[in-house]
Amino acid sequence: MSTAPPPQVKSFNCPGCGAPVVIRGFATTLSVVCGNCHSILDAKDPNFAVLQRFQAAQTIQPLIPLGTRGKVRGEPYEVIGFQVRTITYLEVDYSWDEYLLFNPYKGYRYLTQYQGHWNDVTVLRALPEVNTSGVRPIAKVNGESFRHFQRSFARTTYVLGEFPWQVRVGGETTECNDFVSPPRMLSSETIGSETTWSLGEYIAGKQVWQAFQLPGSPPAPVGVYEDQPSPYGGNLKEVWLVCVLFLAALVGMALFFTTFARNEEVFSGSYHFAPQTGGEASFVTDYFELKGRTSNVELSTRTDLSNNWVYFNYALINADTGQAFDFGREVSYYSGSDSDGAWTEGSLKDTAVVPAVPSGRYYLRVEPEMDANAVMVDYDISVKRDVPVMSYFLFAALLLLVPPIFLAFRSMGFEQARWRESDYPPAASSGGGDD
Amino acid sequence: MSPTANCPNCGAPIRFRWSSAVQTVCEFCHSILVRRDVNLELVGKVADLPPDNSPIQIATEGVYRNRPFQVVGRILYEYDEGGWNEWHAVFSDGSSGWLSDAQAEYAVSFAAAVKGLPAAASVARGQHYAFNGVDYEATCLTRAHYRGVEGELPFEYWDKDEVLFVDLESHDARFATLDYSDPEPLLFLGEAVDFDSLRLKNLRRFEGW
Repeated sequence: MSTAPPPQVKSFNCPGCGAPVVIRGFATTLSVVCGNCHSILDAKDPNFAVLQRFQAAQTIQPLIPLGTRGKVRGEPYEVIGFQVRTITYLEVDYSWDEYLLFNPYKGYRYLTQYQGHWNDVTVLRALPEVNTSGVRPIAKVNGESFRHFQRSFARTTYVLGEFPWQVRVGGETTECNDFVSPPRMLSSETIGSETTWSLGEYIAGKQVWQAFQLPGSPPAPVGVYEDQPSPYGGNLKEVWLVCVLFLAALVGMALFFTTFARNEEVFSGSYHFAPQTGGEASFVTDYFELKGRTSNVELSTRTDLSNNWVYFNYALINADTGQAFDFGREVSYYSGSDSDGAWTEGSLKDTAVVPAVPSGRYYLRVEPEMDANAVMVDYDISVKRDVPVMSYFLFAALLLLVPPIFLAFRSMGFEQARWRESDYPPAASSGGGDD
Repeated sequence: MSPTANCPNCGAPIRFRWSSAVQTVCEFCHSILVRRDVNLELVGKVADLPPDNSPIQIATEGVYRNRPFQVVGRILYEYDEGGWNEWHAVFSDGSSGWLSDAQAEYAVSFAAAVKGLPAAASVARGQHYAFNGVDYEATCLTRAHYRGVEGELPFEYWDKDEVLFVDLESHDARFATLDYSDPEPLLFLGEAVDFDSLRLKNLRRFEGW
């Protein structure tokens, strides 16, 4: 059994400027950076030879200081390296931060940060299957499918701390391909002929602050990140489910009421009205019986109007109690033709529903009114007891659809914001006009 | 057989943890000893091993797929971008396999008797091979330096220099390694393993962890 002393953190002075440099990653560290003079040093060399000295326009302070320990997925990790990586798109530089975390037993993992969006990243141990037959390549691994998001060429533009590889600033670019399945993303990085795959999971800045016990609060995220989980995604399914359940219940109720509604004609009569003959226009009908539980009464009026109107003052009166349901209906019908052809307006018929009428003996009082110049109208009145009223159900159904449709629009907006940043921006959906 | 003998170089007692060991290294004088019938033959000496980060050490114990094992030896390799250990793990039933540790990424593999392995010169990145019915893609060719050995091994392994390794991966976290240490290539089949799943005991300590 080896009796070598346990590996220790190593401190030495930078051969370039004499500033203290620390190696926290023990023997796996290959490169270490002097934060003072920005020299990249060979950690394996007994004299820590300077491999590269890079120019930094400004000193960048990592949000999580090097040497900070925190708990990630229940395991302690120490921040030992920090690099800024940059892609250039249409002559604009976009940079993100990568924190290298180390645990001597569990190995390495990364935290990436772009405009307040964080990902917890580990190197993938399985080889994803990439299908490029479609417009948008799909990468599959461990039973999960990821959609291609973006291809970019990244370079390292700033480094601090230490790395288990030969790190350089500037130099060669890495081809990066991101595939997303929110809240996860799959990334490949290719240098030369070698490709490394990693798996990231979106985490809130707040969780990072908690994990590393950082003071203050994390920078607020800007925009929508490529693997940011949609705040509507999960809800939307549940809301649709609830909506569908209620709609089913509604259909059930509608069927029930349609099947068991009496829908019975209790009275009908045909009348004639000529305003110019004078005399009392109002009259009462014979009694009719409304049976069963308290329910609605439908009164239909059918006329033979032509380019005219008639107004009916109706009262449905309980013969025993005197309780009256008063209401007025106007029927009008006009027709003719002009340069656009024949037209009509209004209707010859009218239907009114009086809700919640108790059973009993009833009669109607009818008082028609017409324009004084009008000649006459013939009309039929029909009274039906307990008719099924579909409009209530339709109205309820429409109300039920409001929340899921609202959410679906919000969710669509979120997904569009996500994919606008990708290689596959959604086509602009606004603007009418057919072409 | 009684697994004890004496180092032909320094006379220190050599205790075998695994009765099938072919080679071992004297803990005291670092002589490489090969079993020849009942005798131990001195074949060389191991230079001091460079510091490395493996939390595993000789006598580390663990469990792989419900089978307990103990680490009895290792081969250490180095290449441009670091190094890795192939820890020789022996199981309670006497069989043995390899627990590799490359920058704290762990994998368990076993020698596989497969005929007609590709010649070193013919292997290239991106090529596919089927071993035991599983499709593997060659993802990485590494020219590594044999850096040293420790403890007990199932074969003679000491007079090496540069060795070609071909890493192959399947789509389900299985991997294969073609080892061109000898004229006749060796195939190892295994899988990536999670550190915690191995339930390792008797690990090395790190200052401050």
